[in-house]
Amino acid sequence: MKKGIQELSEVTVRFAGDSGDGMQLTGTQFSNTSALAGNDVSTLPDYPAEIRAPIGTTYGVSGFQLHFSDSDIHTPGDSPDILIAMNPASLKVNLKSLKPGATIIVNVNSFDEKNFKLAHYESNPLEDETLRGFHVVEVPLSKLTAEALKDSGLKPKEVARSKNFFALGLMYWLYSRPIEPTINWIETKFKKNQQIVDANKAALEAGYYFGDNTTLFSTRYKVKPAKLPKGTYRSIEGNEVLALGLVAASIKTGLPLFLGSYPITPASTILHELSRHKKYGVKTFQAEDEIAAVTATIGAAFAGALAVTTTSGPGLALKSEAIGLGVMTELPMIIVNVQRGGPSTGLPTKTEQSDLLQAMYGRSGESPVVIISANTPADCFDVSLEAARIATKYMVPVLYMTDGYIANGSEPWRIPAPDQIPDMKVEFRTDPENYQPYSRNENLSRPWAIPGTPGLEHRLGGLEKENITGDVNYDPENHEYMVRLRAEKVKNVENDIPGLKVEGDPDADILVVGWGGTYGAITDAIYSLIEKGKKVAHAHFRYLNPFPKNTEEVLKKYKYILCPELNLGQLSFLIKSRYLIDVDSYTKIQGQPFKSSELEDKIEAVLGGMNNG
Amino acid sequence: MAENITTDEIALKPKDFSSSQDVRWCPGCGDYSILAQIQRVSPEIGVKKENYVWISGIGCSSRFPYYMDTYGMHGIHGRAAAIATGVKIQNPELSVWVATGDGDALSIGGNHFIHACRRNIGIKIILFNNRIYGLTKGQYSPTSEKGKITKSSPYGSIDYPFNPTALAIGSDATFVARSIDRDPKHLKEMISRAGSHAGTAFIEVYQNCNIFNDGAFSPLTDKNTKADNVLVLENNKPMVFGKENDKGVILDGFTPRVVDLTDSKYSLDDLWVHNEHDIHASRAHILSQFPEFEGLPTPIGIFRHIDKPTYEHDLHQQLKDVIAKEGEGNLKDLLFSGNTWEVN
Repeated sequence: MKKGIQELSEVTVRFAGDSGDGMQLTGTQFSNTSALAGNDVSTLPDYPAEIRAPIGTTYGVSGFQLHFSDSDIHTPGDSPDILIAMNPASLKVNLKSLKPGATIIVNVNSFDEKNFKLAHYESNPLEDETLRGFHVVEVPLSKLTAEALKDSGLKPKEVARSKNFFALGLMYWLYSRPIEPTINWIETKFKKNQQIVDANKAALEAGYYFGDNTTLFSTRYKVKPAKLPKGTYRSIEGNEVLALGLVAASIKTGLPLFLGSYPITPASTILHELSRHKKYGVKTFQAEDEIAAVTATIGAAFAGALAVTTTSGPGLALKSEAIGLGVMTELPMIIVNVQRGGPSTGLPTKTEQSDLLQAMYGRSGESPVVIISANTPADCFDVSLEAARIATKYMVPVLYMTDGYIANGSEPWRIPAPDQIPDMKVEFRTDPENYQPYSRNENLSRPWAIPGTPGLEHRLGGLEKENITGDVNYDPENHEYMVRLRAEKVKNVENDIPGLKVEGDPDADILVVGWGGTYGAITDAIYSLIEKGKKVAHAHFRYLNPFPKNTEEVLKKYKYILCPELNLGQLSFLIKSRYLIDVDSYTKIQGQPFKSSELEDKIEAVLGGMNNG
Repeated sequence: MAENITTDEIALKPKDFSSSQDVRWCPGCGDYSILAQIQRVSPEIGVKKENYVWISGIGCSSRFPYYMDTYGMHGIHGRAAAIATGVKIQNPELSVWVATGDGDALSIGGNHFIHACRRNIGIKIILFNNRIYGLTKGQYSPTSEKGKITKSSPYGSIDYPFNPTALAIGSDATFVARSIDRDPKHLKEMISRAGSHAGTAFIEVYQNCNIFNDGAFSPLTDKNTKADNVLVLENNKPMVFGKENDKGVILDGFTPRVVDLTDSKYSLDDLWVHNEHDIHASRAHILSQFPEFEGLPTPIGIFRHIDKPTYEHDLHQQLKDVIAKEGEGNLKDLLFSGNTWEVN
């Protein structure tokens, strides 16, 4: 049966099922295939902290949302146009976020009394009023998968595991996507087990052809390639490209890369990625704990590595004393903090921006570090390079902030030409003539002399140092001098970074300021408002310490500063205390990113108030 | 080993390892003796001066790096082994030493200590065991004996102590020794032997704190008592001790016993012969526990010394193997790997 193809400009899809249903894999495959098809893509994996939560429960639901489009997009989409619900619990959890009139594809085989009970449905939602207003497509996914794999020789349990490929195949058909990229992926991924390769391929194809043959769908959809800037692209997750950026920084600085890390969600995939890159000389050390990870990193920095440690909020807390040692010894190092919901163990798999003040102040004594943040998954590449440049040039620890949303989210990344990445060659001190461990250059940084260099033997340590000589010194004046010097050194970085840039309408009265992973949602909100004829502007902080030099000048141009953050107002606090200007802090602490519509509504409300006042 | 460079010998002297800093330990502290022996050994073990790195944590003993004219870092409390691990991984050519105390290594730094031993990372850990917290002015430490009266245990400590040597053996350290500050000749030999060991080398040094725990080891150091209380371990030699070499140790099943060598019931042939290279750690473990049992002498010397690939060797070998197989990585391949597509 030949079906019509309708063209769409953008679609938001959400795959949802049990945490063992393979939804992350399905979502990732759909994203990569859409990116390969030339769409702009943005993703939001959303999964529980439990590896296999009890089957059928609402708290065990794992979701993967992606937004693909024929134009430039910045967020994984506010509300899905289509939900694939593998069971009643995943329907229940995701229903409230759907667009009105959205399509819901359900695996009808899982809609039974037992699963209704687990999802706390009193009756079958497919038969009562629950889904009124939605376009519901009931597909017997489990049965069709079993049918397709009846000759596979696999046990029923194993067969059931392939049903996500059936769902994926159906979605490929529905959105006119090729299935070949996923077939290639299956063949590589499961190459050790031909039976599984055959089964997953068969399920994928069966899903695809089911779309063609069923009468359940009358139309297919197509989203044309996006007009992205010219270049070579690949689809990449934040943590993955952050790691690639570190390897690139290692090559460009000429310093071997050392990573000291202890596994913690959502930072662990950086450790996974870097541990693969041995042919680049990358040394990864999985330490016994967070403290060993950071102190080994300090040791490696002393010995001449591009030294990096990676963690998330609770781990950053454990590292704080050691970061103070990094400040005192003035050794270059990068501390990556992939933020998650806190305090304490908090929401390990959910995103938040609540470690900014910890990064800024969470150490004993006056202990300034450079703080830098990434805006989007692909942006992590550039920020890794920048963190390495600042750390090695200024001999200072750099705290590099991302969050769970950026870390796990993916988008097309325009790959930079290797020779376009600036050289950052680092030279160690080797000349013993007049060598002093704490002498200063024009950047106030001290020379980096590494063990093994004849004639430059010296001792570092956590006790206060005398400037120039680096000898232990308890003198009151020297201590004050050194505290001020370390602060000045970090502040001086402001002369070496780009100014705060304003996007949107420069003549606006309202400036929305943000940092980190809220970039996409704010950008979408701003452009949507500008399209509606509103005057709004946006400035996004990449550098949180020091702030760019022009910050005060920029902020004071606007009548109204609105600062949306996924915390209780931490950037607002820093801006207010530093510049003594009023900031309207708009916050959300749900472990979820902002929706651009939420921000749009808020900005409109502010604009309305300004006009009335 | 890579760190034992014999070419380009410069005749260094102990004073070449003495830094310009005034030594600020209390007069009479056992740490002076350890410093002297290390400065004496340093020119002798074939390591270039610039390749020595001394790392420490916090405590009296941890001021050690300031007094050595080598590369060094006075770190933070308990973390010396982890800092040293990072140094050694980054540059295995370096001879990396840790100066630590009973509180630093076994209380706050216990985790790093056991994991360093388990990994067999090529660092040398010299534990200055004075069985007291000195720098914080006299609280009981994890090696203080049960019942000890200190500022923080006025009615006696109720903590059972750690036995550092037993802990190192239990953590699979490949070189485990014990010595005493008042026996410089023995101490020097232990340091020298540790210096040429490739994996994790651990020396527990009984060290007298003459301010807060004076005489803690006097039965082992006093002229009149030491011969009867100390058993000097020597490889392939029967275990004999006593003023007149009149006592021996036999191993009766798993039970060590002291026997009299003068009543002709036992001869040297009956005694436990020490084998520091025994691949099984059980005998070394029995030996390490002697001090905990009344009537058994306290052994000093090398309890265990076995060869096993080091962590840093295996780590660098993996890099070499991957490069041999796949070639050295270049930036272009790194960036353009995976599924890519062109936008024109």
